[in-house]
Amino acid sequence: MQDQRIGVAGSLESCDALVMVILSGESRGMTLEIDSPSLASFGEEMKNTVMEIMETLGIPHAVIKVQDRGALDCTLRARTEAAAKRALAVPVGEKVSE
Amino acid sequence: MNRRRLRRTSLYIPGTNPGMLANAEVYGADSVILDLEDGVPVSEKDAARILVRNALQHIPYRRAEVTVRVNALSTPFGRDDFREIIPLAPDAVRLPKCESADDVREADAMMTDLELKNGIEPGTVGIIAITESARGGRNLSEIAAASPRLIALNYGAEDYTADIGAVRTKEGRELDDIRAKVIVAARIAGVQALDSVFGDVNDLDGLYAEALRVRLLGFDGKSVIHPRQIPVVHRAFTPSDQEVGFARRVMAAFREASSRGAGVIALDGRMIDAPVVARAEKILALAEAAGCLPGER
Repeated sequence: MQDQRIGVAGSLESCDALVMVILSGESRGMTLEIDSPSLASFGEEMKNTVMEIMETLGIPHAVIKVQDRGALDCTLRARTEAAAKRALAVPVGEKVSE
Repeated sequence: MNRRRLRRTSLYIPGTNPGMLANAEVYGADSVILDLEDGVPVSEKDAARILVRNALQHIPYRRAEVTVRVNALSTPFGRDDFREIIPLAPDAVRLPKCESADDVREADAMMTDLELKNGIEPGTVGIIAITESARGGRNLSEIAAASPRLIALNYGAEDYTADIGAVRTKEGRELDDIRAKVIVAARIAGVQALDSVFGDVNDLDGLYAEALRVRLLGFDGKSVIHPRQIPVVHRAFTPSDQEVGFARRVMAAFREASSRGAGVIALDGRMIDAPVVARAEKILALAEAAGCLPGER
């Protein structure tokens, strides 16, 4: 099993988003999956927001999954930052199984 | 920092709820409390702090006073709360579990340091101290005078009564002592006195009776935990037509006597002295702020 550090933040309540950030230690760049009712209208903005937060936190490689339930941009920012910081806080080498 | 602004209601908004944070002002409370303390489980302290910081950064709060209830500095979360929240310069922080003047001074020093580091005028962010223990109750006068940032005193009814060993009742007589202490300490220090929450959100008649009682005791406002409580408390904190009418007549008699250079004023055969005039001014200010004083003063 690959060593993974996983952080999750947010919820599936209305106006919120559930964000999962997976840091595997592999240099595979960013993989971003967004599930949102506003994907057609705001998908690009949401992607830019998530990428901006990851860049600010100095994370070049991660798998990120966003389940959006109508979150404002500031909520998506907060949930992404919280999930990423939680993943970063997991000690390297700690086995995490799903 | 507006020390004397209207604070009839202070609405708690859980720092975990993005929908309520976005709509915090919509409910019409005079002040909102973005809560990082008891409304947030320990496992969500980090995420709530980030969410509230983002709300302060990006949501254009304009009407209500915006305050943040941080965790006490004696907890593992308090310092991080201050570090993330003070740079956004909310109107005030609500400082829970305030037991002594040192608690206020410690918060004040940390806030000054953070304000300076972030290019904010020192003293911009106010403090509303919340007392929740017997020790805090005993030290209210020194707490109220501990910092020029202090704009109001508040107390936590549940924690306080648990600490003194009292039983919570609907009548609330177990709170008589702390309410008296809060009002006296607030008046000596020249700050506002804010009452604690009424827990039963379905009993609006009970809420009205309690809110009216504490206004008559001298409180300036009351914390609320549900938007439906807001109009009820506002009604209780709005002077009656009778009170406004009497206050207007007092002020008219006072102005008329002053213009004549008369030292003694009588109205309806009753002597009107300085405290009566001061009370009339307060009633009219409250009525005007509540929007029920059309036309004249």
